Amino acid sequence: MGRTLAEKVWDDHVVRRAEGEPDLLFIDLHLLHEVTSPQAFDGLRQAGRPVRRLDLTIATEDHNTPTLDIDKPIADPVSRAQLETLRKNCAEFGVRLHSLGDVEQGVVHVVGPQLGLTQPGTTVVCGDSHTSTHGAFGALAFGIGTSQVEHVLATQTLPLARPKTMAITVDGELPDGVTAKDLILAIIARIGTGGGQGYILEYRGSAIEKLSMEARMTICNMSIEAGARAGMIAPDETTFAYIKGRAHAPEAEDWDAAVAYWKTLKTDEDAEFDAEVVIDGPSLAPFVTWGTNPGQGAPLSASVPDPASYEDASERFAAEKALEYMGLEAGQPLRDIKVDTVFVGSCTNGRIEDLRAAAEIVKDRKVADGVRMLVVPGSARVGLQAVSEGLDVVFKDAGAEWRHAGCSMCLGMNPDQLAPGERSASTSNRNFEGRQGKGGRTHLVSPQVAAATAVLGHLASPDDLSDAPVPAGV
Amino acid sequence: MEAFTTHTGRAVPLRRSNVDTDQIIPAHWLKKVTRDGFEDGLFEAWRKDENFILNRPERKGATVLVAGPDFGTGSSREHAVWALQNYGFKAVISSRFADIFRGNSLKNGLLTVVLEQKIVDALQELTEKDPQAEVTVDLEAREVRAEGITAAFELDENARWRLLNGLDDISITLQNEPDIATYEAKRPSYKPRTLPV
Ligand code: SF4
Repeated sequence: MGRTLAEKVWDDHVVRRAEGEPDLLFIDLHLLHEVTSPQAFDGLRQAGRPVRRLDLTIATEDHNTPTLDIDKPIADPVSRAQLETLRKNCAEFGVRLHSLGDVEQGVVHVVGPQLGLTQPGTTVVCGDSHTSTHGAFGALAFGIGTSQVEHVLATQTLPLARPKTMAITVDGELPDGVTAKDLILAIIARIGTGGGQGYILEYRGSAIEKLSMEARMTICNMSIEAGARAGMIAPDETTFAYIKGRAHAPEAEDWDAAVAYWKTLKTDEDAEFDAEVVIDGPSLAPFVTWGTNPGQGAPLSASVPDPASYEDASERFAAEKALEYMGLEAGQPLRDIKVDTVFVGSCTNGRIEDLRAAAEIVKDRKVADGVRMLVVPGSARVGLQAVSEGLDVVFKDAGAEWRHAGCSMCLGMNPDQLAPGERSASTSNRNFEGRQGKGGRTHLVSPQVAAATAVLGHLASPDDLSDAPVPAGV
Repeated sequence: MEAFTTHTGRAVPLRRSNVDTDQIIPAHWLKKVTRDGFEDGLFEAWRKDENFILNRPERKGATVLVAGPDFGTGSSREHAVWALQNYGFKAVISSRFADIFRGNSLKNGLLTVVLEQKIVDALQELTEKDPQAEVTVDLEAREVRAEGITAAFELDENARWRLLNGLDDISITLQNEPDIATYEAKRPSYKPRTLPV
C-alpha cells in the first residue's frame, strides 16, 4: 500500500525503531526562542552536555521584544531577563542567534522560511505550538515542551509515537476576497478545536494547490488550533520557486538533488488516511470568530449564534460563557460589532503578502475615529521589505501605527496589549480569554477584513467599503 | 539525573487531598528562566501561614513528603516537580497521583510512591507524632519502611530501571548514539544547515 506525505517524511527520519518503543526521530531543524529554552540550556549545563548539532540549531527573539524604542533597554525586567538569558546561553553554547535589531530577527516561524531553512521533507521542531507553520513546505513540523527542547539540543532526536493522518481536501476555487485565513477559520469551525487531535493534517485539493506559500503558511500555522499535532501541504513548483535563491537554499548539484527528492513527497494514490474531511472551496466567504476559541467562528455575513441552538450541552455552555466574556448578544449581526483596536501581524498573518493586502485597502483611506490600528511585521526583514515598497507610509498616512517586528499583541507579553473590555479585530491565531491582555476581547480575522474593519470601525470586509478597490485575494 | 536506589529521611505529613500544581507552584513563578530556585515558590500561598507544617522548625531538612490522595492535579507544568526537588524532597508518597505530574516526576528523578490510603494514614500519624521518625523509600526492594510499618509498592519495570540507573530520556537516547551517528553520516548534503560547515 502507498504512503501519505506525512508517513514518507516520518519514515525518512527514523534513527531507530524497536518493538514496544516509540520511534527515535532525527530532527533537521531546531528553532529556539527566549521563552521555552532557558531551563533546557540549564539542563545541558547541569549534565555537562554540549549542543549536539549547532549547525541545525538557530535562535531568535520574538515573544518579549518591544515594537517601539528597540534601541533602548527593555523596560520590563522579566522580559529583559528572559532575553538576556537567551543571549547568554547562545553565546555560551555557540548557537546562532538573531537578536533584536538584527535584520533576521522576528517571529521564529517567519524567520525559518524567510532564510530558506524550512524545506520540504525536513523535520522541524520548536518549543512553540505554532511550529506547525513550517508544514506548508511539506516539512513535518511540530511544537515541543521544554524537556524535549533539551532532548533535541543534546541528541538532535526525539522519541515519538507516530500520529494518525487526516486529509483535508479543499476542492474548487476560493471566491474572490476569500483568503487562506478565512479558509482555515472555516475548517476549524467545521472540525472543532479538538477535531485534529492525534492527527497530522494534510491539506490538499485544487484550492490549496493554487495558494501562495505565504497563504499555505497561514493555513498550516493554525493546524494546532484544530488540536492537530501538525499540518502539511505537499511541495510543488510554488514551493520550489519560493525557496530558490534564499540564503540557506541548496545550490548547484545540491539543488537538483533536493528538488528530485522533494518531488517524491506526495501522498501516493493508493495511500489511505485515517480520516478525511472535504471542504467545498466555492462556498466559502470571509470568516470571523465571535467566541473565545478559534472554533467559534462564522461567516462575516452571519449573526452571533444563539447558545440555545447548540444540541451538545458542553458546546452550549461554552457558547454562553463566550458571549458573556465577549460582551455580545445572540442574534446580533457580526457586522455591527464595533472594535477599538485592529492588529495586523503574528506568525499567522505577519508576512509581506499580508501587509500588502492590508495596505491596499487602507491606501487613501483613514482609520476610523477612536480605532487604533497596529501593524507589526512578522520579522525585521519583512518590515524592511514593506518600507522599500512604501507600505509603512501608506499605513501611517491612514493613521495606523507602524511598529517593529515581533509577536507583539498576538499574546501581549510585551507592552502591546488590550485594556480590560477593549475589543480587537486581530490577524493572529488565538482568541482565548485574556490572550491579548487581561479582559481583552479578540475577533480573529484575515488581513483584508482587519483593514476594512479599521476603516469602518466595525467588523467588515473590503466589499463593505463603498469605493472598494479589488481586494488582493489570496 | 541522579540515580535513586534507596533513601532515608524525615518526613512532612501533608493532610490535604487534591493538591494541584497551581498550589505546588503558582503561575507567576513560570517566568523564571532556571530549573532551580523554585524552593521559595513551593506551596507559596500556604507558607504565608506560619503554622503551615513546612514552616515548623522541626520539619527543616525533611526529604519525604507524605501527601493526601490525588496529588499533582491541574496544569502540566514541570515546574511543580522542580519546586519539590529544589526544596529538598526526594520522594513523595500518596495513594493517588495525577498522571502528568507522575510522568514529570519520574522523568526528573523525584520518586513518587503509591501506597494504599491506610498505609499513607499510618505514615502520616507516625510522622505527625514524631517529627524525628525516619522513613525509608527503598526502590531496589520496592519497599517503604518506617517504625512499625513495612509496605511494598509497585512501579513499572522500565521506570524503575531508569531511576535505579539515573537515566533520563536523554541518557537513554544517548545509549543509541551509534544509531544517531550512522543516520547523520547518511544524511544528504542538500539538507539545510544554520551554520557554514
Ligand atoms: S506570533 Fe503569536 S502565535 Fe506566533 S509565535 Fe508569536 S506568540 Fe506564538
